[in-house]
Amino acid sequence: MRMLLFCCAGWLLLIGCYGIVVSRNLIHTVICLVVCQSSTYLILLGIGYRSGGTAPVFSDTSPSTVVDPVVQALCLTDVVVSATVIALFLALALQAHKQHGTVDPDELTSLRG
Amino acid sequence: MTTAQLTPVIVAVPLAVAAALAVVGRWLPRAVRDGVGLLTAAGAVALSALFIAATADTRLVEWVGGWRPVQGHSVGIVFVVDRLGASLALLVSALVLIALIYSTKYFEDVESHYHVLMLAFLGGMSGFALTGDLFDMFVFFELMGTAAYALTGYKVEEKAPVQAALNFGVVNSLGAYVTVVGIALIYARTGELGLAQVGDALHGEHADGLVVAAFVLIITGWLVKAAVAPFHFWLADAHAMAPAPVCTLFSGVMVVLGVYGAMRVYTVSFADVLPEPDVRRALLVVGVVTAVVGALMCFLQSHLKRMLAFSTIAHVGLFLCAAATLTPDGVGGAAAYVAGHAGIKAALFLCCGVLLNRFASVDEVHLHGRGRSLRLLTWLWMICGLALAGLPPFGTFTGKSLGEEALVASGYHWGPLLFVLVSAVTAGTVLRAGLRVFFGVGERVRHDDAPGPESENEEPETEHETRLAHTPIQMTAAIIMLMLGSLAVGVVPALATHVAEAGARFLDGADYIRQALTSASASPLEPESVTSWTEEGLLLSALSVLLAAIVAVASTHARQVTRGREIAPSFVRGIRAVHSGHVGDYVAWLLVGVAGIAALVGVPLT
Repeated sequence: MRMLLFCCAGWLLLIGCYGIVVSRNLIHTVICLVVCQSSTYLILLGIGYRSGGTAPVFSDTSPSTVVDPVVQALCLTDVVVSATVIALFLALALQAHKQHGTVDPDELTSLRG
Repeated sequence: MTTAQLTPVIVAVPLAVAAALAVVGRWLPRAVRDGVGLLTAAGAVALSALFIAATADTRLVEWVGGWRPVQGHSVGIVFVVDRLGASLALLVSALVLIALIYSTKYFEDVESHYHVLMLAFLGGMSGFALTGDLFDMFVFFELMGTAAYALTGYKVEEKAPVQAALNFGVVNSLGAYVTVVGIALIYARTGELGLAQVGDALHGEHADGLVVAAFVLIITGWLVKAAVAPFHFWLADAHAMAPAPVCTLFSGVMVVLGVYGAMRVYTVSFADVLPEPDVRRALLVVGVVTAVVGALMCFLQSHLKRMLAFSTIAHVGLFLCAAATLTPDGVGGAAAYVAGHAGIKAALFLCCGVLLNRFASVDEVHLHGRGRSLRLLTWLWMICGLALAGLPPFGTFTGKSLGEEALVASGYHWGPLLFVLVSAVTAGTVLRAGLRVFFGVGERVRHDDAPGPESENEEPETEHETRLAHTPIQMTAAIIMLMLGSLAVGVVPALATHVAEAGARFLDGADYIRQALTSASASPLEPESVTSWTEEGLLLSALSVLLAAIVAVASTHARQVTRGREIAPSFVRGIRAVHSGHVGDYVAWLLVGVAGIAALVGVPLT
C-alpha cells in the first residue's frame, strides 16, 4: 500500500516535468509545476504514516499510535512556500501575456543563444 | 548574550525590516527607504564580521528557542556557524550593501518593493549559509529564490525580463522540489532533518540505493542554484535581464551558495557513507564540463551581461573543481577564488550598468568605440578584465593558484591547464569587449550585420527618462570599492593560511557533528602555513594573463564572432542552439542532469 503511494509520488513528479517540457501555455506550465510539487506532499505524508495511527493530538487522551507530526509540519511549510512561488509565477505569466501578446513558451523568443 | 545567540539575528532582522518596509514603505520618502536599507545591510556586515572573529578556533552553535537535542535527537532548529559560512555571510551582506549604494543613483525612481526584495534576499542567503538543518536549507533556498525571481522580473513592462524570471523561477523551483524529495527520503531512513543528526544516524551505514538517491536528489537543487552544466541555462537568461546591481548578488554570491550547499551536505551528512573518491569524481566531471561550456559560450556572446553571465558559469566550474578535491587547500582556494571573483565580476556588472545608463545599450557591437569618452571606466574595465585572468595581487590570483596547487597535489595534473585556459578565455573575451567598446579597436560592424536576438533587447533598464550626462560618484565609488575588496583578498598577509584552516574546519564533518550535538569544543587544527605566492602560481598566472591578451587582440579582428553564426563550426552552432530560452528544454536538461549525476555517483558503488 505504501509502495503504491511512493510510486504515485514518482509518477506525479515525472508527469509534471513532462507537462512542462511539452507545454504550449505558461499557465499550464505553472500548473504542471504544482503537480510536481504535489508529489512532495504525497511522499512526505507517506513517510510519516503509521498503520492504525491517529492524528498527533495529545491534549486529553494519549493515543498509542500517532502519525508523524514532523512531516505534517514540513508539508505545511511546503504549501506556504509554494503558494508564494506559484502566485509570483502566475503574475509573471500574466505580464508575459501583456508584453508578448502570447503565453506560448514556443513563441517567447527574446532569449536565444 | 553570547555571540552564538546573535546568529539568528542576521536572518531575522533583515526579514523583519523587509516586512515593515513592505507595509509602510510606500509612504516613506526615497531617502528614508534607501537609508533603512543601507543601515540594515551595514548591520549585517558588522554582525558577520563579528562571527568571523568569533570562529577563529571553534564553531558557533545555536539551538533556536533552546530546543537542544536529547540523547542526540532533536526537533529543534540549529544554526552552526564556522569560518567559511561566516565569510560567505560577510560576502553576502557586503555585496548587498554595495548594490544598495549603487542603486541610490542607478534607479531614478525606485519602488519600495525593491528594498523589500533586496533585504529578503539578504536574509535568505545568510540563512542558507549559516543553518545546520536540511529542511531549513530548503526554506532559505526558496526564500532567496523567490526574492531573486521577483528581482529578475523587476522591469515587468519589458519582454525579456519577464521571460527570464519565469525560466529562472520554474527551473529553480523544480530543483527545490527534487531536493525536498531527497530530504524526505533521508528523513525516512534516519528520522532526522539536521545535517549533524543525519550524519550521526548514517555513521557506519552501508551506501544502499536509498542513500545514494537521497544524496543525488538533495544536491540536485543546490547544483541547479550553482548553475553547473546541464542546469546552467537559467543563469544566462536571469543575469542578462536582471538590473545590474542585482546581477552583482547573483554572480558574486548566490550561485556560489549552491556549491557551498552541496559540499556542506556531503561533508557533514554523507561523508561517512559515500566514499570520497566516488563523489570527488562525480563533482570533478560536472565541474570540468561546466567550466568548458561556460568559457565557450562566454566567447560567443556580444551582449555584455550575457557574456559576464557565462563567465560566471565557467568560474563556478573552476570553484567546483577546486572544492571537489576535498582537501583543505582546495576548499580554501575555492573560497579565496570566490571572494576575489565576486569583487571583480560584480564590478564588471556595475560597469555594464553605467554603460547602459549612458548609452542605453550593453551590446559590444552597438557600443563599438562609443565608450571612448569614459576614461575612468575604461581603465576600471580593463583592470577588471586582467584581474579575471588571475593578475596578481588580486584575490582571483590567490584562489586560482591555491586551486591549481590542490588539484595537482591530489593527482589531477590537468588541473592547471583547465584553470589557465578557462580563465584566459573568459578574461580574454571581457578584454576584447573592452577593446571594442572603449578603444574602438577592430572593424565596426553595421547594425544590420550584427547577429541576432541580443540586439533586440536593447531597452534601457533604468527608469531614467533622459540618459545620464555623467556618471554619479556613488556608482563609480561602488565599482572601486568592489575592486579594492578583491585586491584586499589578494594582499592581506597570511590569508592563504586562514582560508586553508577554514577549509580544514569545513571538511571535518565528524567534528561538526560532535560540536553540534554535544556542547563539546572544536578539535584544534594542526597549524600549517600556506602561500599562494609560489613560483608555479606566478608563472601560471602570467601565462593566463598573456593568453587572455592574445585571445582579446586576436578576436577583436575575428569577424565570425560578430558576423553571423553561419561560418562558425557546427558544434559551436549546436551548443548555441541548445541555449534556446525555452523553459521546457531547460527542464528536460534538468532531468538529464539528475540521471547523469545519479549514474556518476551510483554506478561505481554497485
